[in-house]
Amino acid sequence: MQSHLSLSNEVLKPMDYNSVASPRTAAAGLEINKVLKNTYLLLSATIIFSAVTAFFSMSMGMSVNTYLFSVIGAFLIGIFVLPRTANSSAGIGVIFLITGLLGFGLGPIINIYLQAANGAQIVTTALGGTGIIFLGLSGYVLTTKKDFTFMAGFLMTGMMVILLGILANLFLNIPAFSLAISAGVIMLMSGFILFDTSRIVRGGETNYIMATYGMYLSIFNIFIHLLNILGFMGDD
Amino acid sequence: MDWTKIIWAILIVMMIASLWPAYKHHMKHGKKAEKGDWEGALLPLGAVVVLVILLIMSVR
Repeated sequence: MQSHLSLSNEVLKPMDYNSVASPRTAAAGLEINKVLKNTYLLLSATIIFSAVTAFFSMSMGMSVNTYLFSVIGAFLIGIFVLPRTANSSAGIGVIFLITGLLGFGLGPIINIYLQAANGAQIVTTALGGTGIIFLGLSGYVLTTKKDFTFMAGFLMTGMMVILLGILANLFLNIPAFSLAISAGVIMLMSGFILFDTSRIVRGGETNYIMATYGMYLSIFNIFIHLLNILGFMGDD
Repeated sequence: MDWTKIIWAILIVMMIASLWPAYKHHMKHGKKAEKGDWEGALLPLGAVVVLVILLIMSVR
């Protein structure tokens, strides 16, 4: 099976803690609500767009290497183009380009799982599980209003460890290690959802395009690694 | 060796390199956890672990 790469370059953007502050005025509160609403709207739209591009690549029977090239393209655009366009309307086009590319790359991976005996069940379970994890964690932050920005150092260290682990397992090719990496990525991305939502709620992230990018990557990674775990554990 | 593995390896090294400045920044200047912070995080993360176990059981 294709090695699954954790693409979480949301952590590529330096996070400015000076801007993480509690909302003090009604205007600040309204601004935060606006960012939150725009983030969820854009996130919903990008996920739907990804599903459409994934459907097209599945229908076209694209090869599994499409995933690799899509991730490379999304990674490069995410580093070099998105930060430069995130403050303009062009950023919306760029975020759709990135998420569309990732969705297109996902198509062949889903096709592989669908070929298994219980493939459809695995894919729908991973999809449902990802949705529950995202909504549950985001809802938890919104209702408790707890501050999770203290997790930044831990998440960054975890990201480095996971990337080194993925790099090592490319050559070691140990299935149990791949499973452990997938479990680690799901926990790490869950932490990022808590962290990202908390940053928006506390006014630390004011750009809804960058916020959407971070959330989308967490959801994408959780889905792909949940597929890996369920595919492995659900296989007789 | 499979050529795709080489490309994946290059990509991962690029990711690590691009993350490195942010990693150093957060190690030096990141906000430290206060008492009770981790308890608040472990509850939802524990719930994720339970959910994943349930999902695994549902496909077996």
